[in-house]
Amino acid sequence: MAVDKEKKIQLVVEHSFVQKDGVQKRCVQTGSTQEADFSLAIKTQLPSKGITAIYGPSGCGKTTLLRCIVGLEQPTISRINIGGHDIGGLPVKQRQLGYVFQENRLFPHLSVGGNLDFAHNRRFSNNGPSKGQVIDWLGIDGLLDRKPDQLSGGQKQRVAIARSLLTAPRCLLLDEPLAGVDSKARNPILKHLEDLAKNLNIPMVYVSHNLDEITRLADHLVIMNEGRLVVGGPLLDILSRLDLDVNRQENSAAVLNTTIVKHDNYYGLTQLSLGVDLNLGNAGLSDKAQLFVGRLYGDYGDVVRVRIPCRDVSITLERPSQSSILNILFGVITDIELVDGSRAIVKTEVLGQSILARITRKSMEYLVLEKGKSVYLQIKTVALLSETLV
Amino acid sequence: MNLLTSDITALWLTLQLAAVTTVILMVVGAPLAWWLSRSTSRFASVVEATVALPLILPPTVIGFYLLIAFSPDNFFGGNWLALTGHSLAFTFSGLVVGSVIYSLPFVVQPLQTGFQHFDHKLLEAAETMGAGILDRFFNLIIPLTRRAFATAALLGFAHTMGEFGVVLMIGGNIPGETQVLSIALYDHVEALDYHRAHWLAGGLLVFSFVLLILLYGFNRHKLTNRVG
Repeated sequence: MAVDKEKKIQLVVEHSFVQKDGVQKRCVQTGSTQEADFSLAIKTQLPSKGITAIYGPSGCGKTTLLRCIVGLEQPTISRINIGGHDIGGLPVKQRQLGYVFQENRLFPHLSVGGNLDFAHNRRFSNNGPSKGQVIDWLGIDGLLDRKPDQLSGGQKQRVAIARSLLTAPRCLLLDEPLAGVDSKARNPILKHLEDLAKNLNIPMVYVSHNLDEITRLADHLVIMNEGRLVVGGPLLDILSRLDLDVNRQENSAAVLNTTIVKHDNYYGLTQLSLGVDLNLGNAGLSDKAQLFVGRLYGDYGDVVRVRIPCRDVSITLERPSQSSILNILFGVITDIELVDGSRAIVKTEVLGQSILARITRKSMEYLVLEKGKSVYLQIKTVALLSETLV
Repeated sequence: MNLLTSDITALWLTLQLAAVTTVILMVVGAPLAWWLSRSTSRFASVVEATVALPLILPPTVIGFYLLIAFSPDNFFGGNWLALTGHSLAFTFSGLVVGSVIYSLPFVVQPLQTGFQHFDHKLLEAAETMGAGILDRFFNLIIPLTRRAFATAALLGFAHTMGEFGVVLMIGGNIPGETQVLSIALYDHVEALDYHRAHWLAGGLLVFSFVLLILLYGFNRHKLTNRVG
């Protein structure tokens, strides 16, 4: 039990905003206005490694939860344990957490270097990354002498992330860091965050209402709605659960971890395997569990996360022999959920990973699809969630 | 020699008064202005109006009530006498108290405006980086509102230099103790010594004018810097 406590981030947070005389008693600086009489009640555990995403619609209390964790809000109940440290009752500066705000909040009178120094001079411990490392990780070497108002949105946010890291926090909290960044600048930042997760030994909690960002970055997912926890767990598990609304949308998608099996330079393709056990070698890998994508960087055995939209998966009972579609997997149906009377979402398992297919109810009945039935999945598009394309 | 020793004494006394008053006003005015810039309570409007009163009231009215308050029979004057052994009326300390009240709006209002334009979200960011209250005040608030601080200090100083009515009511005309420049000027005019009156009046005029040119020049320079 004690070991478990040390390894996890434990959160019990309850907070309410009471309306008084028609005026909101407490106002949150979240940008989004909270409903009157909004209340937050969250009890969950997060892993102490990797990236945890907190997902939910605007106004569901994601930012408020993050502000309660860092101590900028004083909730009625606040029991927070990070890596064995009970920090729920401490003032902000003693919690030793890093916080990246939606609006970068760089200090305008200081240069980029000055902003970094501000954090580094006040660091919580000497165990954190060095200035050189952080500057290198976020690629801000050339910006050190500039003032914040001479930076683009993406650059500002990279500096803000670097600044938070330089305090040597126990955990890095990020509140929609890409919300104010134009779409072109998002990809590089996501790439930096991916790399950070590998370089840092502290957990990151990433608040977002953008599933694309989350599926690309997160290992663990917490879904919130109206101040309450809907579900929390490993990302891949949650994104294949048919009882959750998030997986029953037109644009829902399954996320899979694959490994690079080989590169085909002649056709400009890379072959990915859904099976994770490479010790078996090619012989152990079924060609029924492989995906072709455009030629990637990366070596044999590298993990590549892919996203397969449910509307781009169709089901056949026999292996199509004359088809232009390259990616045909063999799986077993594990769940079927009817959506709005005319459509169904079919969950299939392929080598322990789940793929969702959105089909019509008519097709479902015509093919007599049911749990336990083996089917072939034709996959039209595979979206890569890692920045490894040539 | 156009300035007499008594005039130089008055000048020196006035500079001392303005300096002490400005220092006290910056220390008292900054937290007050901060509170006014943030508070939403109705009580804050009352305080704001009180601070602004010296802008409107004839200095003699302020002086009159201060004189009453300084009386040893009253709470303030009595306690002051008990604590220090001196009465406030007709002393330099009394002038300082009067000047602080008289010049308060000239310090509080620019600071309050500066603080209102200050982005409070930056303080939260600094807090998450472990910066305490004083750390945030000296390393964020002061540098980011330095124009407001400069304006407040210069206006407070210059306004105290030119004080007349309040001083006349509570300080009288004691050379070396309460005889400030404006009082000395008044004396010269009363004595029809226009030559010396010109020196003092002209000196104060030039001084105030230069101070304001410096102040506005500084602000304009900052403004163009920001635009460019």
